[in-house]
Amino acid sequence: MVCPDLPYVGGLPHVPPPRGQMVGPGRTHHRAPPAVTPAMNCRAEVLEVSVEGRQVEEAMLAVLHTILLHRSTGKFHYKKEGTYSIGTVGTQDVDCDFIDFAYVRVSSEELDRALHKAVGEFKDALRNSGSDGMGQISLEFYQKKKSRWPFSDECIPWELWTIKVNVVNLANEQERQICREKVGEKLCEKIINIVEVMNRHEYLPKMPTQSEVDNVFDTSLKDVQPYLYKISYQITDSLGTSVTTTMRRLIKDTLAL
Amino acid sequence: MDTDLSSQDRKDLDKFIKFFALKTVQVIVQARLGEKICTRSSSSPTGSDWFNLAIKDIPEVTHEAKKALAGQLPAVGRSMCVEISLKTSEGDSMELEIWCLEMNEKCDKEIKVSYTVYNRLSLLLKSLLAITRVTPAYRLSRKQGHEYVILYRIYFGEVQLSGLGEGFQTVRVGTVGTPVGTITLSCAYRINLAFMSTRQFERTPPIMGIIIDHFVDRPYPSSSPMHPCNYRAGEDNGAVYPSVEDSQEVCTTSFSTSPPSQCVFTVTKAHFQTPPPVVTDTLKVPVMGLAFSHQLSSSRLSYQPAALGVGSADMGYPLLFAGGLNAAHPHQLIGPGKDGGVPPVPSQPAHGTQADQERMCTPLDGVHYSAATPSSSEDTETVSNSSEGKCGSPHDLLETIFIRKVGAFVNKPINQVTMANLDIPFAMFAPKNVELEDNDPMVNPPDSPETESPLQGSLHSEGSSGSSTGNTHDDFVMIDFKPAFSKDDILPMDLGTFYREFQNPPQLSSLSIDIGAQSMAEDLDSLPEKLAVHEKNVKEFDAFVETLQ
Repeated sequence: MVCPDLPYVGGLPHVPPPRGQMVGPGRTHHRAPPAVTPAMNCRAEVLEVSVEGRQVEEAMLAVLHTILLHRSTGKFHYKKEGTYSIGTVGTQDVDCDFIDFAYVRVSSEELDRALHKAVGEFKDALRNSGSDGMGQISLEFYQKKKSRWPFSDECIPWELWTIKVNVVNLANEQERQICREKVGEKLCEKIINIVEVMNRHEYLPKMPTQSEVDNVFDTSLKDVQPYLYKISYQITDSLGTSVTTTMRRLIKDTLAL
Repeated sequence: MDTDLSSQDRKDLDKFIKFFALKTVQVIVQARLGEKICTRSSSSPTGSDWFNLAIKDIPEVTHEAKKALAGQLPAVGRSMCVEISLKTSEGDSMELEIWCLEMNEKCDKEIKVSYTVYNRLSLLLKSLLAITRVTPAYRLSRKQGHEYVILYRIYFGEVQLSGLGEGFQTVRVGTVGTPVGTITLSCAYRINLAFMSTRQFERTPPIMGIIIDHFVDRPYPSSSPMHPCNYRAGEDNGAVYPSVEDSQEVCTTSFSTSPPSQCVFTVTKAHFQTPPPVVTDTLKVPVMGLAFSHQLSSSRLSYQPAALGVGSADMGYPLLFAGGLNAAHPHQLIGPGKDGGVPPVPSQPAHGTQADQERMCTPLDGVHYSAATPSSSEDTETVSNSSEGKCGSPHDLLETIFIRKVGAFVNKPINQVTMANLDIPFAMFAPKNVELEDNDPMVNPPDSPETESPLQGSLHSEGSSGSSTGNTHDDFVMIDFKPAFSKDDILPMDLGTFYREFQNPPQLSSLSIDIGAQSMAEDLDSLPEKLAVHEKNVKEFDAFVETLQ
């Protein structure tokens, strides 16, 4: 599920990561306040990259694919006794055209298309914003919790990745060449960061029963099964606030409940 | 230690660790093959895909890994290490990375083996897939083939990081706690790859020597040999390119057979998308005591005028890789140190340049035939600029250098000859005589599209246009002068006009004296007068000399 514009789906307001809390070289790790459910904390990670305009798409895809590689499993096939078998996840190498970088993604065309679509919209929004070229794209993993009617299902995030993007403009070809290499190195660092977080083996949703599998996993794809995720983005205007998304959220808040 | 672990769990755990080790090796080696890996996802489980990941099993690699493990599992003090190293075509090698699968004593008793440990091992493999693309050796391995190859070696025991040089960095891929210990996967990689750009790398001792020192408790005396991370079925080394022969012949005809005062060079740059086997040659043509040698190699092009003060020793780096490659290579290799009057050896340029050369050489033929007049033995030099390869690596050079020398038998005024070492393409096509500049069609070129090949259509002036300019000294004249890479910019002056205008500066007055006009006797008579004048101005000259000091 990809909802590029809406920061959330469902009745509960989404707790956005606080902005401006960058500590250290582009990465913070902090826990969002557990406003949603006492038992669950949403783990939040922030990555920051500075890229040239035409590198935005590839850089975002590299990071998102790397995260989803770790957060996807094979398709579950439930058997009679409540056990299940898991399908196989294939991988493939992707070379970037505008960055001296290569990454591994899950071999799933549907997933790739979905990510391309979301990143493409983000890129267009960045370009059309006319601002300094700052924005962020968020990948959130959530669980659905079924509520009784008339309440709609809750979406409870358990992991949130935010990638802050700063678009720079370069004057000449030499600078672009340096940028290619530099961004490649930066992305290598980001991949290492991501892997570091993944291997802490912190909270992961429990493996669901057959009836619950759609509350945990996105079963709509035919070859892999990532955890339920949604992608949203915000464009920061020159004032440092993202006006449009805030307005939309306010309206949604008033209408939802 | 494992009192809480049931025997079934223990068996499962051992099996998981064993296959995890094997899969780790597969991932690492496959990541260094130099190719992009692609495996398919399958929704229905095949049962043979360990850790639910589609990782191919290269049999040779599995065999080596099993041999190294020898039935053991990673344990405390006994780590499984995969060493990735680089070996140049000259035989020098350098360790790039060491991937270590270690086990320590920190146990996690509560963890469920069959489920959690398995899934975490799967996650760790995914992390390994990601991290193997991120270390510097990945990019090196993608470019392997001609100058160097990437080798792997698996060993079991103590981790040896000394071969990585100073300042190596470590990246931890991840850890998985198990009831019998914590599995850690990490990589130590060399960051000092600077030796690749200079010739001053240390010669590392042969691998055989290192192997013996590596192992303390090695159960088997045999050393584990290095294996190439190259799984291609077989490259066509030393393939003969028949089509190059044609261009070769064409090129040969443009070489001068007249006295060694003239020479013709064809300098091309290889255009490569998929790296063909390297073709390296040195072409030496002596010219007026200048000896040039240039090499055509598929990855770099360098020009080296040995007699112009740039020593051939500077060419060390590419030659390191160029020499000694492809024993089955049919071409001649001439080392740079062999300067001398070696007649030009027809060399086969890199395959990729063949098309370019054909394109360039064919119009030359026309030019050359029309130039076959006894009065001039001027030859031509061309360049073909092909687009750069996609690597974008810093050592892709594009050098086009022209030397135009006029033969001993040309009967044109000497003032025209002083254009040696002109670093301008198509210098020979510039109008020779300034006075006829206005009439020269090259100065006022007809408007023509400039997207075509620069010499296409411009050198068909085999005989007909030779007389059209009225300049009888010109042996061949271009009708259309379309210089390469020029286009109608905002400036009214295009590249061609610029060349033409600035190639023909007015003659120096001192050189325009018609030597034949004055006889020797007159020269001698005028000498005393000149001396008197100079003596009068002695003081000025002295002052001038003093200012120089």
